[in-house]
Amino acid sequence: MFRNLLAAVTLLTASVPATANEEVVLGLSQNRVAITANFDGSEILLFGAVKREDIIPDGDPLEVVVAVSGPLEPVSVRKKDKKFGIWINTESVTIDGAPSFYAVATSGPLREVLSLDEDKANRISVENAIDSIGARFEKSNAVEFAEAITRIRTNNGLYSVQEGSVKVEEQTLFRTSIAMPANLTEGDYSTRVFLTRGGQIVSEYQTQIDVRKVGLERFLYNLSRQQPLIYGLLSLAIAIFAGWGASAFFRLVREGR
Amino acid sequence: MQIYLPIAEVSVNAFLLLGLGGLVGVLSGMFGVGGGFLMTPLLFFIGIPPAVAVATEANQIVASSFSGVLAHFKRKTVDLRMGTVLLIGGLTGAAIGVVVFNYLKSLGQVDLLVKLCYVIFLGIIGSLMFVESLNAIRKSKQPNAIIKRKKHNWIHGLPFKMRFRVSGLYISVIPPVLVGVFVGILSAIMGVGGGFIMVPAMIYLLGMPTKVVVGTSLFQIIFVTAFTTLLHATTNYTVDMALAVLLLVGGVIGAQFGAVIGAKLKAEQLRILLALMVIGVCLKLALDLLFMPSELFSLGAAGGH
Repeated sequence: MFRNLLAAVTLLTASVPATANEEVVLGLSQNRVAITANFDGSEILLFGAVKREDIIPDGDPLEVVVAVSGPLEPVSVRKKDKKFGIWINTESVTIDGAPSFYAVATSGPLREVLSLDEDKANRISVENAIDSIGARFEKSNAVEFAEAITRIRTNNGLYSVQEGSVKVEEQTLFRTSIAMPANLTEGDYSTRVFLTRGGQIVSEYQTQIDVRKVGLERFLYNLSRQQPLIYGLLSLAIAIFAGWGASAFFRLVREGR
Repeated sequence: MQIYLPIAEVSVNAFLLLGLGGLVGVLSGMFGVGGGFLMTPLLFFIGIPPAVAVATEANQIVASSFSGVLAHFKRKTVDLRMGTVLLIGGLTGAAIGVVVFNYLKSLGQVDLLVKLCYVIFLGIIGSLMFVESLNAIRKSKQPNAIIKRKKHNWIHGLPFKMRFRVSGLYISVIPPVLVGVFVGILSAIMGVGGGFIMVPAMIYLLGMPTKVVVGTSLFQIIFVTAFTTLLHATTNYTVDMALAVLLLVGGVIGAQFGAVIGAKLKAEQLRILLALMVIGVCLKLALDLLFMPSELFSLGAAGGH
């Protein structure tokens, strides 16, 4: 039944002529980010073109919005309050899903290139990307907690909004770069590109960037999850060997003198 | 040089970690404390997730303590018999501590209780040591004064007596086992080796000579922290090997220097320095609780700590 409904909706949207004739063709400088031992962030270049059958429509100019999102994960947010003279955690709210990383790049001021309705419907800006609906049913002040996630992660460089960082040329070519910070986590990073006119989305394109640990990082991570006892013993062995090694080394140094 | 830590999933400066390891290693060698009570908060400060910091710190303490204890073995300042008795208590305590920790975690107040534990224990021990060391220094400066040591107290009335030759003691095993259990519980809850509690307990409660205390506590700490590391690695997957290696390379080198410095200082000076440091950390933590934090909210993995 759902499928039928979906088909109906697709038919409906397809029959609206103005929206269907501009399409995104996208290229990424890399669609894999490899987290190596000396990984300290990465910059991904996005470049694209607008494919159209007709001439460039009149009216509002073409604008571009790019949103890159890390995997959604539940986050528990705690709030401190002063009790008995000291600051302690009192309230706690679990937000069902917050992206581990989120970057929005636009070709102009966000509200000008994207209407609030479109933003909400497609969950484009950071505030709308955080899934706090479940929490809002439980607590009336859940919004405050969702905002805390945005604030803390923005300060950590995990969330960012770069207005005007997408360069659009001749309403046809566009490019931007997304900076990925060093404290990145693994996962499939969904990358969405929206073409808008007058705040309304006219076309959408979606792809993925794989962020994966490689080499030694991969090996250690897998070992710690799959063979935790061996991993723990190995950690201890390294620790004891290093302790003994340093002791032996210093004894040699002292005796050598 | 930045390095990405595979388990902590953050990128940090490798030299910063080496330096921190070295600094804490020096303290470890000097005082016989694992240094966890300093290192764990420092790791939080540079952005390592708390769960990873606590677990990895346990692993690092194994290394620096092992390095330190070897230096003490050479000087024959380890009371193996006493160490073993303390260890039996310690492992029991650590197991109890993990149960207590998980219970507190389910209440969602583990952070507060850990901090309060720090403030209370560091505060009491720091002040006691400070006053006692000051008195000792004052007395040693007066040529005619005799340093009076209470040789007999209630502890000597307890059964199951055992002779600890290295320490020059003939006391019941009950107090050392209890000290071990107590320290084991605290080390599991606070994520530290527990040396800063055990060292004073051994000096003031058991009446052990200061020089033996350091080596013996290191000996006990190795095994208790090794046990804790394994528990964390198998249940929470929070031991970061890359982080541990960097910290321990700095740490083992620092511990060697620390042991040399420690041997040159007088016992009273050693104690007063440790006391000042303990009080310093205590004040810092107390102020954090008293003043309004700049960010009222904190994030955690859902269902986690």
